[in-house]
Amino acid sequence: MSGSTASKKKGSKRPAKATPAATEEQCRNWYHQLCLLRRFEEKAAEAYSLGKIGGFCHLYIGQEAVGVGVMASLREDDYIVGSYREHGLALARGVPPRSIMAELYGKADGCSGGKGGSMHLFDADRNFLGGHGIVGGQIPLGTGMAFAAKYHGTDQVSVSFFGEAAANIGSFHESLNMAALWKLPAVYILENNGYGMGTAIARATASMDLFHRAYSYDMEAEAVDGQDVFAVKDAMERAVERARTKSEPTLLEMRTYRYVGHSMSDAAHGTYRTKDEVEEYRKRDPLVIMAAFMKKQGMTDDDGLKAIDDEVKTEVQDAMDYADQSPDPPLEALYTDVYAEGG
Amino acid sequence: MLTLTYRDALNEALREEMQRDDRVFLMGEEVAEYDGAYKVSRGLLKEFGPKRVVDTPIAELGFTGLGVGAAMVGLRPVIEVMTWNFALLAIDQIVNSAAKMRYMSGGQVGVPMVIRGPNGSALQLAAQHSQAFEAWYAHIPGLKVVMPATPADAKGLLKSAIRDDDPVVFMEGEMLYNLKGEVPEGDITVPIGAADVKRTGSDVTIVCHSKTVAQALKAADRLAEENISAEVVDLRTIRPMDTDTIFTSVSKTNRCVVAEEGWPFAGVGAQVVDYIQRNIFDELDAPVIRVTGADVPMPYNKRLEKEARVDPAKIVAAAKRVLYLE
Ligand SMILES: Cc1ncc(C[n+]2csc(CCOP(=O)(O)OP(=O)(O)O)c2C)c(N)n1
Ligand SMILES: [Mg+2]
Repeated sequence: MSGSTASKKKGSKRPAKATPAATEEQCRNWYHQLCLLRRFEEKAAEAYSLGKIGGFCHLYIGQEAVGVGVMASLREDDYIVGSYREHGLALARGVPPRSIMAELYGKADGCSGGKGGSMHLFDADRNFLGGHGIVGGQIPLGTGMAFAAKYHGTDQVSVSFFGEAAANIGSFHESLNMAALWKLPAVYILENNGYGMGTAIARATASMDLFHRAYSYDMEAEAVDGQDVFAVKDAMERAVERARTKSEPTLLEMRTYRYVGHSMSDAAHGTYRTKDEVEEYRKRDPLVIMAAFMKKQGMTDDDGLKAIDDEVKTEVQDAMDYADQSPDPPLEALYTDVYAEGG
Repeated sequence: MLTLTYRDALNEALREEMQRDDRVFLMGEEVAEYDGAYKVSRGLLKEFGPKRVVDTPIAELGFTGLGVGAAMVGLRPVIEVMTWNFALLAIDQIVNSAAKMRYMSGGQVGVPMVIRGPNGSALQLAAQHSQAFEAWYAHIPGLKVVMPATPADAKGLLKSAIRDDDPVVFMEGEMLYNLKGEVPEGDITVPIGAADVKRTGSDVTIVCHSKTVAQALKAADRLAEENISAEVVDLRTIRPMDTDTIFTSVSKTNRCVVAEEGWPFAGVGAQVVDYIQRNIFDELDAPVIRVTGADVPMPYNKRLEKEARVDPAKIVAAAKRVLYLE
């Protein structure tokens, strides 16, 4: 297959810099999305400290360019699964902020009827098939969706998101092997944010270039600058094309960083990483990178950017108001949706 | 009626359901070119081709999870586990993905799949290959657990399981594959969730499933020689359990023995006893007694293994105890 020596060498280069070719409208749209993902999570954090959101809550702050760039390359009928860190993925996929926030609040109007919560966002109409809470558990699921697409003879693509720590779990390896063996139209998005909870990648992983793992399965792979929407989209388009036209899988290692703690119960820094480290990575904030590009291209100015951000803030406030007003699910809901019939 | 082995009855069910619905595919280790580790899938590769009869790597977690994902988007996978001992590697996907998907998606995404294979001990396979896991899966809301004891039930229940819209754990008896029995011809299904009275009687009820059904029937023969009339209730489905049939029988006999191959602690029998004492306590003339496998890992030695197993003699003894005859 095409995972030849030449392309392996190409793959093992430093993260590729893409030459952006995008219209002003696209850029505004992506900047809008980046802001939406950021502001939504900031508000979710607020709501969490007010006790409106319970349980585990993992924010996407810092990783927004990955979700936005990947979703920008997909079709409406493609399949998506993610981990518990999936609020931003759902938003970028177009799941309405209202129904996501209502789900975080556990309300009846939430996208999973209040039964899933932060870690289990589902929107079947958009083929957004879950946040999943067991590390690596969604990787075989996404592989199965790719299997189904191929079985049905459609040209749908299935995308599985997971963290770098999930690349050490068996389901990752079993899935990649089967996807390569059976030539499935799957794209694996490894979001390498440097940490699995408090464990730095170097303390858990023998080989730091995680995308190389695909080569054991004769699968194409790339390392990508995950802070830059253009780089993400560029690599993703190659992977999607490979899946759609040749029915071959790809592993993309998105090099990114989370600016906040692992979950709401974890401080941004202090124990396992320093404030300086976080500050250093903040210099490559995906919102700042996109804003700088747009200004440089003369697409907008500071006022224009602020106008987008203000628009987003209104949208997020609206989502919170909606979630506040949505009722709890009725008590009878406890016993429904266990089985197809009879509850 | 046709006379078929349990193995061939399962094979017929697979073949007919694959003919009927092209969303159904079979996947597992050795299911295709090898014709199945226990030959349940014999001939299916030839008839349906490698797209629908898929040999997998030895990756239980991966291919079971792949099945769940495929089921989430419209296929109807039948995932064969070579034995349920190995499904421990897949239990995360069965419990955390398959069983939970409908609920945690608020009813949006179901998982219509069957996970099937042999359960329980065979002969001298020792500790890691001689385990009965039904109580584990029956514990999980969102799963159905089906365990046929006869060729007719094997065929009819597997057809129902494949048509079911929820994940079904379908446990075959490793020692039952060669069992012969009459099987109705044609497209006959057996409903999930319905127990079956395999022998009627009036003095004592023996509740059993899978391998213990034949043992209970033997025990009933021996009891009959002593003028004791035993009724044999085959659960057929562990979850959802058909309590009506149990209650009707025990209300008639007023005495009950529960026999299962698995271990005693928190076993299926414990659940049966709980249902009986909570619902028809006043019908009982004696405490319900359970007959189970010994509470140890299975030994290799033949004599010790025999001692660890349920057998008709142990069921007879238990029946006499609930009748206060021993
Ligand atoms: C199988 C399993 N083990 C442990 C956990 C607890 N846990 C939740 S997230 C996490 C770290 C995962 O890190 P990574 O895969 O890099 O994703 P990230 O959180 O960085 O997005 C751990 C250990 C779990 N949910 N599942
Ligand atoms: Mg991580």
